[in-house]
Amino acid sequence: MEVRVANVRKEFERFPALHDVSLDIKSGELIALLGPSGSGKTTLLRLIAGLERPTRGKIFFGDEDASQKSIQERNVGFVFQHYALFRHMTVADNIGFGLKVRHGPSRPPAQEIRRRASELLDLVQLSGLEKRYPAQLSGGQRQRVALARAMAIEPKVLLLDEPFGALDAQVRRELRRWLREIHDRTGHTTVFVTHDQEEALELADRVVVMSQGRIEQVGTADDIYDTPNSPFVYGFIGESNALPVKVENGEIWLADRPIGLAAPHAPEGDATLYFRPHDVELLDGCSGCIAGTVAASRRVAGTRRVELEIGGQRQRVEIELPVGHPAAQKSRVAFRPGRWKLFPAA
Amino acid sequence: MADPEIKSYEPYHESRSAAVTESRPAQAVLMAIAFAFLGIFLLLPLIIVFHEALAKGIGAYTQALVEPDARSAIHLTLLVAAISVPLNVVFGISAAWAIAKFEFKGKAFLTTLIDLPFSVSPVISGLVYVLLFGAQGLLGGWLKMHGIQILFAVPGIVLATVFVTFPFVARELIPLMQEQGNGDEEAALSLGANGWQTFWYVTLPNIKWGLLYGVLLCNARAMGEFGAVSVVSGHIRGLTNTMPLHVEILYNEYNAVGAFAVASLLAGLALVTLVLKTLLEMRYGAELAATRGH
Ligand SMILES: Nc1ncnc2c1ncn2[C@@H]1O[C@H](COP(=O)(O)OP(=O)(O)OP(=O)(O)O)[C@@H](O)[C@H]1O
Ligand SMILES: [Mg+2]
Repeated sequence: MEVRVANVRKEFERFPALHDVSLDIKSGELIALLGPSGSGKTTLLRLIAGLERPTRGKIFFGDEDASQKSIQERNVGFVFQHYALFRHMTVADNIGFGLKVRHGPSRPPAQEIRRRASELLDLVQLSGLEKRYPAQLSGGQRQRVALARAMAIEPKVLLLDEPFGALDAQVRRELRRWLREIHDRTGHTTVFVTHDQEEALELADRVVVMSQGRIEQVGTADDIYDTPNSPFVYGFIGESNALPVKVENGEIWLADRPIGLAAPHAPEGDATLYFRPHDVELLDGCSGCIAGTVAASRRVAGTRRVELEIGGQRQRVEIELPVGHPAAQKSRVAFRPGRWKLFPAA
Repeated sequence: MADPEIKSYEPYHESRSAAVTESRPAQAVLMAIAFAFLGIFLLLPLIIVFHEALAKGIGAYTQALVEPDARSAIHLTLLVAAISVPLNVVFGISAAWAIAKFEFKGKAFLTTLIDLPFSVSPVISGLVYVLLFGAQGLLGGWLKMHGIQILFAVPGIVLATVFVTFPFVARELIPLMQEQGNGDEEAALSLGANGWQTFWYVTLPNIKWGLLYGVLLCNARAMGEFGAVSVVSGHIRGLTNTMPLHVEILYNEYNAVGAFAVASLLAGLALVTLVLKTLLEMRYGAELAATRGH
């Protein structure tokens, strides 16, 4: 099921939690909503589910306008951040709940509901725990029961709010791989919220980066990492350097020297240059480059991070060198960003 | 500074009593005072009630209970409780639901209103009904015109009882529901349950112990209420006398056995309530802990 969010705005008592958000989710896609706390991820997820109504804008499921439909009519599976398992019901009853509350002929007989619950428990690798109560499960097990319960209603869309937020790192990594497998097997259109960028980049087909109630960028992990389209994404995802520069005659200048980068379409005047520490080209001589004195150098896993002081203002930038590279021994290093982007000066 | 090495050699109970500053005799005195107090003010009256009730033998005791006026008082008390407790449950759940789960204007005001009967003397509550429904009251003329009798009749007694008991269930449920939040209900809705199913399968099981506790207290008060009911009842024997009022009348007539026989039923109710309450607290203490408002 495709989901289309069209120009949605959401206000809570005048406070805008989302401004004019649009997003197309393809059928069968696994998508991550990534952003800092308060950026509106949960709000967007709840709007898609129908737990909230948009102040303005529409949400389509396929070609159908779902905006005015209730959550029951939308048929979505929602996994809550704290699972919200029914504590007085057994695991099997929790999973079967969505089938039990159906009306008329669409409600399967009790035996069929039990069978479905066991099947789903197998799928989430918890066979045999039918009779347990939520309080008798570990965090990771509860998480899986919550997912099985959401999948029992054969939802059109699966929505997960920080599904691994409350778990420790080890379990998180395990469940992450496992969620990917389940997704590939069942093919549900899935949206999950996270503020862990590693999780988002590793797990999702596409990542939606959000900030302050807006979508900053949507793309694959490669898109987001290699070609961020805003200073926020540069800063939020991975590491980056920001240097104040000037554009003159279609060239980029640092202090009063050109650094050998052409920017024919950029507006003249002050700007900020963004680039990743590993996306640099080391140079020997310097006619058109960025040069700086080595202020610090440390080994990070397979590479060496070198901090440079640049120009009269002693701007600091960080670049990454191969471990054995001779430049790391010198006191001055010259380089030129490989992939970079200019944004108007802040 | 205490040396942890030495401390760890001390037997467990020794190190415990070291933390309690009072000496043994002082503890004994404090406990004696507490028990003496309870004995004089609770246990002794209870024993006297049963003693007096049975003073002329078991025959006189049962006779006092099956005599028509007593039976009518018991009947009326049960009727009043049977009407006001369910009303209270409906009101209590609605009010708690509204206060705990929605944001709306006037919420603080509603919360204060719910506590009102706790802060007003029951006699005043009764008088308010007299002012409203009495012959000279605000609605008195209209009621008389339509031949509706509220004051000095069962409806008035029920109204007064509902008024004095309405905080019980709501006060018990509000903190409980606030603590539980909306998560479970949202989960149920997202799984396709309608409002009624969500309430029946999810909300109610989540609050059932708190609700039971509230009902228990509410029932005890509904059956035992004297002040407010006394003002609106009119004390018509065999018609508008509840058990507490009947006890008073009999006592004033120097019918000790009768008075204490009926009183023993009320005392029995109190004991049953106490036992159930204790059992509830023992089994579901954690769930009820959030609700210790009063
Ligand atoms: N029910 C509500 N009433 C008022 N404001 C709300 C409500 N829900 C969310 N907000 C506000 O909307 C903004 C976005 O909240 P949201 O919960 O969507 O953030 P989030 O990205 O999920 O953050 P987190 O990572 O901390 O969960 C926040 O500023 C929050 O305070
Ligand atoms: Mg959130």
